Amino acid sequence: MDTQTPMLHFNGEAPVGKDFKTQGFNFWSFFFSGLTGLATMLILAMLAIILFNITLNGAPGLSWRFLTSSADQDMFDVNKAGVLPMVVGTSIRVILMTIFVIPVGVITAIYLTEYAHSTSIWTRVIRGAVNNLAGVPSIVFGLFGLGFFIGFLGSHIDDNILQSAEPKWGKPAILWASMTLAVMTLPVVIVATEESLKAIPQGLREASLALGATKLETIIKIVLPQAMPGILTGGILSVSRAAGEVAPILFTGAAYYMASYPKALTDQFMDLGYHVFILSTQSPNIEQTRPILYATVLALLILTFALNIVAILVRAKMRRNMRLLGH
Amino acid sequence: MGLHRGHKARPLEWLAEKFIFLVASSAILIVFLIFLFVVREALPIFLGKMDSSSLQEMVSVEQMEKMKPAELQKLLDLTPKEYTELDKETIKILMEVKIEEIKAAPKDKDADKNTTDWRYMLMPYQWTNYDKPEYIWQPISQVHKYNIMPLLIGSLKTTIVALLFAVPVSLGAAIYVSQLASPRLKEWLKPTIELLAGIPSVVMGFFALIVMASVLKSVFGYESRLNALVAGIALGLAIIPVVFSIAEDALTSVPRAYTQAALALGSSRWQAAWQIVLPAALPGVFAAVVLGFGRAIGETMIVLMASGNASIVSGSIFDSTRTMTATIAAELAEAVFGGHHYRILFMLGTILFVVTFLSNLLGDVIIHKLKHKMEGKH
Repeated sequence: MDTQTPMLHFNGEAPVGKDFKTQGFNFWSFFFSGLTGLATMLILAMLAIILFNITLNGAPGLSWRFLTSSADQDMFDVNKAGVLPMVVGTSIRVILMTIFVIPVGVITAIYLTEYAHSTSIWTRVIRGAVNNLAGVPSIVFGLFGLGFFIGFLGSHIDDNILQSAEPKWGKPAILWASMTLAVMTLPVVIVATEESLKAIPQGLREASLALGATKLETIIKIVLPQAMPGILTGGILSVSRAAGEVAPILFTGAAYYMASYPKALTDQFMDLGYHVFILSTQSPNIEQTRPILYATVLALLILTFALNIVAILVRAKMRRNMRLLGH
Repeated sequence: MGLHRGHKARPLEWLAEKFIFLVASSAILIVFLIFLFVVREALPIFLGKMDSSSLQEMVSVEQMEKMKPAELQKLLDLTPKEYTELDKETIKILMEVKIEEIKAAPKDKDADKNTTDWRYMLMPYQWTNYDKPEYIWQPISQVHKYNIMPLLIGSLKTTIVALLFAVPVSLGAAIYVSQLASPRLKEWLKPTIELLAGIPSVVMGFFALIVMASVLKSVFGYESRLNALVAGIALGLAIIPVVFSIAEDALTSVPRAYTQAALALGSSRWQAAWQIVLPAALPGVFAAVVLGFGRAIGETMIVLMASGNASIVSGSIFDSTRTMTATIAAELAEAVFGGHHYRILFMLGTILFVVTFLSNLLGDVIIHKLKHKMEGKH
């Protein structure tokens, strides 16, 4: 460590204690502090460049007509293309996903904060599993969705329950894509809910128990209503994360082109994120289709980013309340 | 929270508790299922039970009548469903086409090789028409070449570029935000930097492909527009929030008394941050790098769009490169369900799962230990 210290005017050999005697202006301290400030600026600048570039180039193309028309076959035609089918597809898969992920995530968080002994091995294994789930690559979730939901669950429904030769469930579908995403975003919901549960003063629970309420009653009537903002944050964050994910749905339900909207759980769907991928890699003429590409990216970014900012604001408010309660 | 009640006293309470416990345990089940079902599809490769040799005996149309439907279907590269849908005449025509194909194909001395053997998947081999032994990934060709080395190298190359870019920048920002910035500024900076995580990876890939690739090309003036550098930098941007967040948490977790003691002895804020706080939080910084590595190697859409996807073995970051994740994403849709190509892609998935699993585990263990240490010294 010593050889790396910036105190070069001491030849790097001076004992550490001596270094601290430097008083007043110190050039190297100033220089390196400046570097860390620059690193921070660099990140902020990159974020700003990305957002400005997409907003400036995307805004002209993002007309009402673009958002509310479906261009049938002309997805590369600048004057006719629209993103309504993709917006609808993405919305449906995200809503389906929340139906699966919120109950499981919230109940798991309740177990971890209200019931589990933090020292027990089982609790630590559950925590380890949740942490691990957060780090599994999204493409592996796609493989899992294909292997488990489609290849195993779906095929079994077809073969053993419906006994049809024609695959109905054993193929990519909006249901399987949503469930794959639900598995992927489970840690997001768990972590956010847990945080809000921990923020609730222990006294509230004790008061409820002292009045004769059971533990379950306390959780349902006292703890959960208080934790609502946190659950909401978790839900929003998971939606924002899932709305932009493409890799897990590549093989589990997204379609290059669909003539109609998904009507059943077994239908495939068009997706906003996947459409960005198609427009940027399969376009016959990238220069010509650039306006619709930028407009589609902006639409996706608004969807995910707006949700993210809402979540951050809700969370910030929650933390402020938490501090007021003396935590 | 320790009022214990038996299931006889309050059956509903008892049932609910068991139900909550079961649901919570499903997280473990899910991780187990992910591993099980990804490995299951790749198992024949690991066990060496797949055979990809494409040597085909000459079959005449007359012989076709005697063949079993399953054999015929396999020979014609049809799925069972497609096979049952076709009538006899069509199959006959397909057969004639196939025979023509076999006749026209140049005799390849490698056609009888089982290319899913580890020897061919990991070691260089001199294929027909090649001058020297090479690592070749070429699943869609007469002889299916499944050497995974170009993909491993591609993944590592982009990941290393990403880390070289992201780690210094995020670490600098983490030091600034946690040690040097005023509390008011910190309250703004942290969530703003973390906003970067809200940009979907497909959007980051798009930005790398459309904007960054052109800018970097004009700066460095290299040949191929899409390469490991472009993909790596975009990847770096995607992992900056992860590395920053964890490193910042680790630095903040160092007790304030450390800094105050250093300042009281006359050190500058920078000296306190660099010589006192950073060494104390070093394991956490290391954990941030490990977790960033896991995130970078598993990222798919950015590398699929910005790396150029050429499966060549090369040490240069200015060459187009193909990663494991991008290969799975690009090829799985075309691979025959249950075929050797399909199974090898699942094998790549297994490798990814194991690598990220281990790096996550390592990162978590380090953070856990550091937290213990910091709380103990408080």
